[in-house]
This record gives sequence, C-alpha cells and structure tokens, in this order.
Amino acid sequence: MFENLSDRLESAMHKIKGYATITEDNISDVLREVRLALLEADVNYKVVKEFTNNVKEKALGEEVRKSLKPSEVFLKILKDELLSLLGTDKVSIETSKNPTILMLIGLQGSGKTTTIGKLGNFLRKKYNKKPLFVACDVYRPAAIDQLKTIGKSLNIPVYEEGLKNPNDIVRNSIDYAKENNLDYILIDTAGRLHIDENLMNELESLKNEFNPHEILLVLDSMIGQDAINVIEGFNEKLPLTGTILTKLDGDTRGGVALSARHLTNVPIKFIGTSEKLDGLEEFDPKRMVDRILGMGDILSLVEKVESVIDEDEVENTYKKMKNGKFDLEDFLVQFKQIKKMGSIESLLKLLPGAKKMGLNNINIDPKDIARIEAMILSMTTEERRNPAIIKANRKIRIAKGSGRTVQDVNKLLTQFEQSKKMMKMFNNGSFKLPF
Amino acid sequence: MGFFDKLKNIVNKEDKSKEKYDKGLEKTRKEFSDKLNSLNKKYKKVNSEYFEELEEILIMADIGVNTVMSFMDRLVTRAKNEKIDDPEMLKELIVDELFIIYVNDEILVNKINYNENGPTVILFVGVNGVGKTTSIAKLAKREKDLGKKVMLVAGDTFRAGAIEQLNLWGEKIGVKVVKGEENSDPSSVIYKALQEANEESYDVVLIDTAGRLQNKVNLMKELEKINKVIGNLVPNAPSDTLLVIDATTGQNGISQAKKFKEITNITGIVLTKLDGTAKGGIVLAIKEEVNIPVKYIGLGEKMDDIQVFDIEKYIYGLFKEMV
Repeated sequence: MFENLSDRLESAMHKIKGYATITEDNISDVLREVRLALLEADVNYKVVKEFTNNVKEKALGEEVRKSLKPSEVFLKILKDELLSLLGTDKVSIETSKNPTILMLIGLQGSGKTTTIGKLGNFLRKKYNKKPLFVACDVYRPAAIDQLKTIGKSLNIPVYEEGLKNPNDIVRNSIDYAKENNLDYILIDTAGRLHIDENLMNELESLKNEFNPHEILLVLDSMIGQDAINVIEGFNEKLPLTGTILTKLDGDTRGGVALSARHLTNVPIKFIGTSEKLDGLEEFDPKRMVDRILGMGDILSLVEKVESVIDEDEVENTYKKMKNGKFDLEDFLVQFKQIKKMGSIESLLKLLPGAKKMGLNNINIDPKDIARIEAMILSMTTEERRNPAIIKANRKIRIAKGSGRTVQDVNKLLTQFEQSKKMMKMFNNGSFKLPF
Repeated sequence: MGFFDKLKNIVNKEDKSKEKYDKGLEKTRKEFSDKLNSLNKKYKKVNSEYFEELEEILIMADIGVNTVMSFMDRLVTRAKNEKIDDPEMLKELIVDELFIIYVNDEILVNKINYNENGPTVILFVGVNGVGKTTSIAKLAKREKDLGKKVMLVAGDTFRAGAIEQLNLWGEKIGVKVVKGEENSDPSSVIYKALQEANEESYDVVLIDTAGRLQNKVNLMKELEKINKVIGNLVPNAPSDTLLVIDATTGQNGISQAKKFKEITNITGIVLTKLDGTAKGGIVLAIKEEVNIPVKYIGLGEKMDDIQVFDIEKYIYGLFKEMV
C-alpha cells in the first residue's frame, strides 16, 4: 500500500536534496511534485491545496538551522503535516460494554461482510471477546450464505432469520447473545448508496432502536474523489464512530486515508490488508506516516509476526542468526512461518529501506515456497545444516528428488546466502534507514 | 458540427434510453454541472483563477490527473488561439475537448462481438466488490430478452456465497447456471460449462470470475489459465472480456485497466454504480491512457438498469443543464 505515493514523494524529496537553502523559487518545483503525488493518490483536491500551502508556508518560515539540511527540514514538515491530516492518535474500538453492539455500513462491494469476519476474529484474539455475527443484509442474494460460511470457518456463531425486517432480527439477536453468553454483537448490513432514502431510513431505524456503540463505515481504499460525498452522506444520517479502509493490499495509493479524517473528523479505526480473515490491522496514524514516507513499519511487522509465530522457534532462529549458525533448516522454518503470515510482498513492504534494496517490486508466487520446501526436504540432514557441502553431484540428486532443475537448486542456495548476509547486516548494525 | 451542437440535438430528441441516462446520472450531474454553471456565473472573463477552478472540478470528477493536466493545457492554448475569454463560449470548448479525449477520431463499436460458429463467450473480470455478479445477471436478462439461449458460469469459486449468489440470479431470470464446488479450480467449472454449451448449442455464455486485485500475481496467473481453457474449447473465445469497474473508483482504475489488459485481451469496460454521486470520470482517463472503451454502464439496482454505453449520452447526462 502507498508505495506509489511514497515513490512520488521520494522523488520530490530527492529534488530538494541538491538545494543549500529552501527558497520560494526552488520549493515551488518540489511542491508541484507533492501536489501531483497526492492528487494521483486520490487525496481530496481541497485537502491537497491546503496541505501544499501549509507545507510551503512552514518550509519558507523555517529558520535555517545550521545543523539541518533542507531535505531534513522538508521531510520533518511533510511528516508533521501528514500526521495532522491523519489525526495524531490511534482511536481504539469500544469493547467495554456487555454486549457491545457494532454495526458495519457502507456502499455495495466495499467489503462489509468480509470485514465483519475479520473484526470478529480480531476481537476474539485481542480482547477475548465472544462475538456474534448478525446477518441483516436482506437484499443481496446469498449475502447471508456468505456470512454463514465465514462464521463457520472462524467458528463464530451467526444469527439470521432469513429475509425479515432488520430491526426484528437485531432485537432477537440481542436476546440470543444474552442467552448464549456472547458479548460482542456485529451487525452486517446491506450495501447501499448514501443517497438512497429508503435504505438510509432503515439504518436510522436500527440506530434509533439499538444505539450501537460503534457505527463503522467500510470504505474501499480505491475510492476516488467521491469519497467525501460518501462519508458525509452517511455521517449526516448516522453519527459514525469510525471508518475501516479495505483492500489496501492492492496497488491503491489510498489517498482517502489522508482526506477522510481531516474533512469529516471521523477517525480511521482499521485497515484491511489481505483477503485472509486475519488481514485486519488497527490503524495507527504515526505508523502510517512512516509507511507513506517510505520509512517502513517495523512495529506492524513485529505485531504481525507475533500474532502467528511460534515463539520458541523464533527464539531458536534468532539465537542461530546471532551466532551466524543459521542453516537451511531454519531457512525452511522461516519460510513456513512467513507463509502463515500471508503474502511475503506485504511483509517486505513493511521493512525500512525495502525499496532501496529493490525488495518492493518482488512478486512471490506461493507455489515458489512449495518448491523451495520440496528442494530442502530432498536434502540430507547434513546438507541442510552445512549447505557448503552441496556440490555438483548432490545438486543433481536434490534436483531429481524434488522434481526441479539444478538451476533451481542453485537459485535456492544463492537466496539462502543472501538472507544470511542480510542477517549479518542486521546484527552488526550496518543496516541503515533510508533517511 | 461541433460536439456541443450535437449535444443540443440530443437534448431535443425523444429517446427512452436517454431518460435512463438522465435519471441515472441525476445525482452525478447535479454537482458537476452546478459547479460549472456557478463557475461561469462567477467569472465574467476567463483567467488563470478560472482555469484553476475548472481543473478542480474536473479532478473532483475523477477524470484522472494526467488526463486533466493535458486537457487543461490544450484548453488554455485553444482559448488563447481562438481568443475566447467569455466563459459561456469556453463551455462549448470544454464539452468538445472532453468528447475528443474519449473518441479520439475512432469509430467506437459497443456491440457484443457475437460468435457465429458457436457460443458467444463473455468473460467478466475485475477487482473485488465492483459488481461483477450483478452485472452478469443484468446482461443475462438482456440477452435472454433478445431471444438468446443463455448460460451463466459460476467461476468465482473463492468468495464465500458467490456461487449461491449467481445461482439465485439464474433462478430469478430463468437461465441455466453451471457451478462447481466452493474452492474448486475455476478452470474445471468453466471447462465443464463450455463442453455443455457446445453440445447443447447455447448462444451466449457469461462467465463470472473471482474478484482479484490486479497486483496479486498468482490470481492473475489463474486468469491466464482460464483464458487458455476457454480458447481450447471454443475457438477464438472469449469473444469479449469485460473489465468491471466501480464508478466510485479513483486513479486506481487506470492501474486496474493496465494490469488486466496485460493478462487478458480486455475488449471493454462495464462501469457500475453510476447511480450514486460518483462521476466515473476515470473512464475518460482509461480510454485515453489504456484505450479501452466502456461498453455498458450500470445505472441502478433493478434488473434492467444496464445500458449500452453511449459517450454522447454520457456527456449529455453530465452537461444537460448547461446546454
């Protein structure tokens, strides 16, 4: 996410590197780049205007401190301004009520039903909640089936009454939750246009009767300039407690993140980052700014790793990494754990400096992991622990055993050596941040 | 005759589908031409502030940053050369130039490429949540009403409930739906379906596929395979591969068009959800940058709310109140 935006901002920053001081003249060029970068990311036109004006004013007003280069000053200004757009602090989701009632609303196809599944999963994992899904999309064919399938795969109960009146369904679902000791009610609603009066009235009636603690608007992050109409349209009828941006695992530049909070004061609470049911992250403005500015997001990476990885194994691998004893067996273990975390591409992008190392454009086919696994499994224990002994004959045997070619085996060994090198760099601290 | 004059003719002509456009684009238009009209009231003469505000209006319609920038350059030059400084006169230039972006001296054909020697296979692709399944249902109804023998293929085996969704539509419209198991290989379902389509001489086969983000390599590869399977069973098929795009989509629409076109021979776009406040201006940029025309637009939730795209009527829908 945001890579394209980062690229554009970085090229703007690159320009400024050559300047000794920031002047009205030389900054207009850079600001033009910034402006285009933001517009191409679908940041709201008015926000872009305000943003570039603020940056300009601050950049020109900034006292020339001898210790700082213009590029450093400019970067800091960008960072502060981006942060002020996104809202400085993380806004958490309500979890204290029993039962807590949450309602998801949004346009058609924004990803409500999938997000309900992810939210349930998140609430259970992080807050030990016992969720109940309530199926109130009584319009789209098979929407209820979709929610039931998701509930089944997560082992979270789904309350449904078919195509009845949503108010009746929710009322009964609350009783059902109380009877069954479930403490978090997540209501899935039908997708609707914010200008569809009948359907908006339906939502209002839900709100009036049940006063949900959370009313979250699900927004497709690929949305263009219409975003503001959509958010305002919904917010007018129902006081939103937050938004969730979905599909950020695409190549969208996600400019809506920069406009939504600023123009409507509704905080972003979550972002959807994969199709898997654990692909939901809490939105943290500070981390997001680091990501946008290409500084990586180590904290999110760590969190993601923590949520799926076996700690003993990590401890083990880490020790070996430190002692330089990392071998192909650990390499395989790592691959398997990465597999659990979702796409490698998305993980690499969280690394600071990933772009500089050319890691940002890597496309990894999940099947490659299976192939690597097959090759490593075709090695003897000795070979795995001491890859240096793998010479021509052994390579041929391994290739045959795994149905690959000798070239594939070579490629694997090179990859392994590269990761080893990278680890050394991490250990001796020669791994630098891009700025 | 300039396009603006043509537009005036359209305004004066009675036409049923014009009314659909008119109504469907009502919300879309309101903001867009209201803004343009008030711009023209605000400025007695065209100057640089006028152009800046115009640029804002166009960008707010999601027309695409590059497209708008080059459009503005052309407009400023034309206004200068033709010595136009009256906003009212410039209005004609704006409409003309927008039309030129899209049409670019080509003759646009929006018909389905019917296959004369076997079933006409149409493949629907797109990112998640754009409305592929609903568009298929609408188009199936349209083709069935034209007297065609229509088959739907549930090639989205990934999203929970997708097969059931298409199946319900099939029952409603009264057309055959071929489906497989959830999470099975979509190619195998499509293989089975096309065999049946060949044997039972179906006229039109509409294939649904799972939503996929265009940067997911393995999913795009799957699409490649699907294409191969289709081509093996029905020569020269698919006759059409339609990329479904949500009208609220911003600049990412260009990336969608580019990336999908790399994998499959996209012959047209279905622009959905135009009945909201979104302007769908991104289709102008897609036409200019990737050269894919819009074939159909979705203007509402009812079964017959799908229309053959007509650039003249679309621009008419946007500018009606200005003419």
